[in-house]
Amino acid sequence: MKTRRTETPSGTVWKYGDNVDTDAIIPARYLNVSTPEELARHCMEDIDPGFACAVQPGDVIVAGENFGCGSSREHAPLAIRGAGISCVVARSFARIFYRNAINVGLPILECPQAVEGAEQGDQLALDLRAGTITNQRTGRTYQMSPFPPFIMDIIQAGGLVPYTRERLGTQSV
Amino acid sequence: MGHTQAEKIIAAHLTNEYPSATPDNDSEVWPGDLVEVTVDMVLSNDITAPIAIREFEKLGVERVFDSDRVVMVADHFAPNKDIKSAEQCRVMRQFARAQGLSNYYDVGRMGIEHVLLPEQGLVVPGDVVVGADSHTCTYGALGAFATGMGSTDIAVAVATGRVWLRVPETIRVVYHGELQPWVDGKDLILYTIGQIGASGARYKTIEFTGPAVDGLSMAGRMTMANMAIEAGGKAGLFAVDETTRAYVNGRTQRPHQAHPADDDAVYAQVIEIDAGQIEPQVAFPHLPENVRPVSQADNMRIDQVVIGSCTNGRLEDLRAAAELLRGRQVHPDTRCIVIPGSRQVYLDALREGLIEAFIEAGAVVSTPTCGPCLGGHMGVLAAGERAVSTTNRNFRGRMGHPESEVYLAGPAVAAASAVIGRIAGPEEVLG
Repeated sequence: MKTRRTETPSGTVWKYGDNVDTDAIIPARYLNVSTPEELARHCMEDIDPGFACAVQPGDVIVAGENFGCGSSREHAPLAIRGAGISCVVARSFARIFYRNAINVGLPILECPQAVEGAEQGDQLALDLRAGTITNQRTGRTYQMSPFPPFIMDIIQAGGLVPYTRERLGTQSV
Repeated sequence: MGHTQAEKIIAAHLTNEYPSATPDNDSEVWPGDLVEVTVDMVLSNDITAPIAIREFEKLGVERVFDSDRVVMVADHFAPNKDIKSAEQCRVMRQFARAQGLSNYYDVGRMGIEHVLLPEQGLVVPGDVVVGADSHTCTYGALGAFATGMGSTDIAVAVATGRVWLRVPETIRVVYHGELQPWVDGKDLILYTIGQIGASGARYKTIEFTGPAVDGLSMAGRMTMANMAIEAGGKAGLFAVDETTRAYVNGRTQRPHQAHPADDDAVYAQVIEIDAGQIEPQVAFPHLPENVRPVSQADNMRIDQVVIGSCTNGRLEDLRAAAELLRGRQVHPDTRCIVIPGSRQVYLDALREGLIEAFIEAGAVVSTPTCGPCLGGHMGVLAAGERAVSTTNRNFRGRMGHPESEVYLAGPAVAAASAVIGRIAGPEEVLG
């Protein structure tokens, strides 16, 4: 499923707790494939079997501490992106997942207050450039702390590969 | 103010390009700095290499940065568990051949990557190593700054020999006292994760120090460094000492350097642990932080035992297991799977008679593979089944069905549990 990326997505909240691990995001038994479309079919399967069928483009995953802990598998952010999720909002992210999400162009926002204020099924409207999250049920808007400039450069280039291409002066193949 | 081991290794690898933490070029780095460093070795495996290769090809670069410093290992779903896995291994094999990689390890030569690389002398003290596998932090046991990353980061490292890093804060853990019998690196690291939690070292480096770990073998140190990631850590480091040098010498001609932490290094936290009080540990489902002493394991019946993996697949681990299995029988309701971590470990275990002891006890011995650790093959669990495993993760569904359960322990507890048929400590077997 190819969804056009927007900087102001909106969608329904899928809420999870702390320490959502990469085996929960995409079980290792499916790591014999690597396209976002194939991976998306099994996203969250072991902790939320209904997710992959019901998720809609633009929806938002909202989670607690240490989201994406465990393995280095880039299949995890690819599966989430492939499922059409527009952004993951968490209290905090595991560090490899954080890098992977930035590198593959999956928007992530660290914002404990927005997590606190969101419930399963809420509608969120996001402005990824401004770093704001508005909960349409409560009317509240939350501001996340900005990315460091270097990370912002990677995001704005569209991920680590285009960023590196620009730097090396090589052409896309 | 002084520096930690991680800060000193990173400082010794700085490039002078953006993002630079050292506008004054003083080659000093501090936690929180974003820096670019050169890498000494770049690793990937049959699961992560295919994506890395795909991204590498988008970079518009023809050749890898150094064909002696890009390591690829077919270990996760190899020997090929199904057709899709076979295709992934083929993608990696073809790339390795086309690029002339001197350190490509296929079935027959391969081992589990984090057992294999130190054994083959591919990592030395003072290195920066990045790998598309979260347990790359294992090499901290040798005094290398080693950390796991995703495939895209690794693709860029393969192309350029460089990566960006955020300089991590360091937690210093000091282990005091003398270890009880049968307590080894696995018990210490499980206990530590139980204390600080699954995100207790998130983004940070752990320095493992103190008299109780000075006496550990390299195998025990690798077990501990390996699981730094299970506390969220970026790296887990040991000081370089005579044990390290004795291990490295003879395996490589590559020059190496120790970067001992300064006496006045600044730590985010210092944790003191009385290791003499620690008994063998078990991590209950579904997080490695759910740790209990084996004596409080509640008489839990088990279906399977796995002894192996990048955490505990070394010769010392197999010796500990064999000591308990030799001359005894695996419980009739329990399956015991032993997986030597590399060809060399397998051969050494064979020559010492360990393999014979396992097979006579009713265990099965597999060729090296990550296999069951991540529910791939060679020991996948059915719904409701319980396993005691010397691996590193017990997340829901990790070893098979989402309703199966994994209990993490060291090789002695695993072997004892195989004999008794429920979670048990070595003392129970020895009576």
